[in-house]
Amino acid sequence: MGILTNRFQDNIFFASVDNVINWSRKSSLWPETFGIACCAIEMISAGCARYDLDRFGVVFRPSPRQSDVMIIAGTVTKKMAPIVRRLYDQMPEPRYVIAMGTCAISGGVYNTYAVVQGSDLIVPVDIHVAGCPPRPEALLHGFVLLQEKIMKERVLRAEPNTKIEETVDHG
Amino acid sequence: MTEVTVVHEETMASGLTRDVLLNLGPQHPSTHGVLRLLLQLDGEIVERVEPHIGLLHRGTEKLAENFTYTQIFPLTDRLDYLCPPSNNLGYALAVEALLGIEAPKRAQYIRVMMAELSRISGHLLITGALPMDVGAMTTLLYTMREREMVMDLMEMISGVRMHTSFCRVGGVREDLPPGCLERVLEFCDIFSHRIADYEQLLEHNRIFLARVENIATITGDDAIALGLSGPNLRASGVDWDIRRDAPYEIYDQLEFDVIVRQDGDCYDRWKCRVDEMRQSVRMIRQCARQMPAGRFLVDDPKIAFPVDKGLLAHSMESHIHHFELAAYGFKVPAGEVYVAIEAPKGELGYYIISDGSEKPFRFKVRAPSFVNLQALTERTTNMKYLADVIAMLGSLDPVMAEVDK
Amino acid sequence: MDDVLPLSRIIDHFEDRVTVDETVSDMPCVVVGPDDLVALCTFLRDDDLLQFNFMADICGVDFYPDSPRFQLVYHLYSIPFGWRIRIKCLLADPPLAPTITDIWTTANWHEREAYDMYGIVFEGHPDLRRIYMWEEFEGWPMRKDFPLRGYKDAYNPFGDEKKDQGDAS
Repeated sequence: MGILTNRFQDNIFFASVDNVINWSRKSSLWPETFGIACCAIEMISAGCARYDLDRFGVVFRPSPRQSDVMIIAGTVTKKMAPIVRRLYDQMPEPRYVIAMGTCAISGGVYNTYAVVQGSDLIVPVDIHVAGCPPRPEALLHGFVLLQEKIMKERVLRAEPNTKIEETVDHG
Repeated sequence: MTEVTVVHEETMASGLTRDVLLNLGPQHPSTHGVLRLLLQLDGEIVERVEPHIGLLHRGTEKLAENFTYTQIFPLTDRLDYLCPPSNNLGYALAVEALLGIEAPKRAQYIRVMMAELSRISGHLLITGALPMDVGAMTTLLYTMREREMVMDLMEMISGVRMHTSFCRVGGVREDLPPGCLERVLEFCDIFSHRIADYEQLLEHNRIFLARVENIATITGDDAIALGLSGPNLRASGVDWDIRRDAPYEIYDQLEFDVIVRQDGDCYDRWKCRVDEMRQSVRMIRQCARQMPAGRFLVDDPKIAFPVDKGLLAHSMESHIHHFELAAYGFKVPAGEVYVAIEAPKGELGYYIISDGSEKPFRFKVRAPSFVNLQALTERTTNMKYLADVIAMLGSLDPVMAEVDK
Repeated sequence: MDDVLPLSRIIDHFEDRVTVDETVSDMPCVVVGPDDLVALCTFLRDDDLLQFNFMADICGVDFYPDSPRFQLVYHLYSIPFGWRIRIKCLLADPPLAPTITDIWTTANWHEREAYDMYGIVFEGHPDLRRIYMWEEFEGWPMRKDFPLRGYKDAYNPFGDEKKDQGDAS
């Protein structure tokens, strides 16, 4: 069946719990379908057959309640900003945000009366994927970087030099 | 319908039921972008639809008043983002009309070929997205596979998959790379068979037909009063296509049929686009075979960069013109113009008022999707259930960046 | 395409209530005041020899600080005959114009856009409210005295400093 079957004697394996938790989180990042503008088309292309996102464990979910990561793909306008914030608040933790495209990162070419100059003015952003629009491979690279970031997180282990009684926020 | 109305009045009078105001919010898999619909529902029956748009309003028109004419090309790309070369073409034609120049023949063939490729690209998305909205999810994966082939061609020609900004005032940015036309013809050969695949999947599929046939019918007169254009209008029986009736560029030298259907329901709007893709393939083949040799950019150093880049190395005058064009842009004589082209979504019009400087005084885009979307609000359509709203929205094919500019 | 017929029929019918704009060269253009706009549009749509049944676009223009400050530009098209015509309606400040929603249904959203962007009020419009900006937005963005980057707030730190009195809204 695979390279791991029938390999080892009866054994106990040791691994760091955080490693196992982070591995399981990074391997099934479910984004919510939240395409705003042109970058959404490249996001759809990334999800389709050629640049298959499914092999990364990425399955698009319609509802923010069932998703882990929000890909802000497109220009966030001032009218849309409260809605972006509300969707972010509706996501259960642990949650991550990928800002896809220059409009989501910094407003892009649209420095006007109606555009938010960067979605990090609204929600905390983990990964910026630059491009206008970024190629689907760039979005895949963004996902890989997010996975590397998740692997470095501390889940059960407390941050160094903090009292154990305090809860550490990993949002 | 009468039994339902009678029951409705009785129960409303007794106070037992109340209409529900449902928010089909901007984040939704089927809203084709950031569109917010407020639906007044009596159970599943839709009483009223109120679209709230403007969630992607970026201020393109005001921004364009502060950009030079060449800098506006990327802004036009981002209007209908499914088919950027079409938007570029319309804008280039408008500025050329103000300047009173015409692009060389080779450039016109290249621009029309790109526009028809982008028409295929735009129609492919909705050919797959409408069935996905009504439940047939496979088609989208097939159409996106073909769309990747079109994007490969765009990348080969212009260097970018989307947002090509390939047109310039007076022609195109650079010449076609060698071997490009063979690849284009190869694509045409493959693609004609693929369209037959989509039809085979859906044309006689009972579930798909039950969801889109006789749903949201718009009559021809209503469609004209609503300002619909493009496939939405031709599906209602009105025979009008700007490419044939007021030809621009080299459309008068291409042979193609205008697809007109009579019923005006969601199925007809969808089928109109599928058949238009076939006609686009026909046109692309003709462009590729008839492509003339020659300049790809007009020979006016005050408007366009030189075609021969070597000229910049040994001609001071050419160097100065290049510097002025890049730093300040070219001045356009005072005047105004309205140029309309047949974009994939309908009549795309650019109204530009120039005051004689290098930035436009007023830049207005007549966005076809903005007008098409209004058809949702009108009770001229027999759109009864909530599910029909989604089918109708998909068949109108709005692109929110164009609706909101 | 015979461009002379629409202009000659309009002048025959309306005489000095309209003027022909000679500076426009790409299509026939008439200038009309807001009082005669509805009559002109009804005539253009219903006349058998003209049949301008397709209203393509309504565009607002701001000529600040010139006067008359505002202008509404209508583009019409006749599907049976293939004519295009441009109608300009000059408006003062504050701008007030009649609605043509009863003539062409499509004018509804175009007029809402002109109201949202320029503050042009359309009398008789069934539902005049903002369409692009949110309801509480103050100011008319496309006017020449409204800054491109808007006023400074949490979303756009590059905006202009808010004056004590913004645009009348």
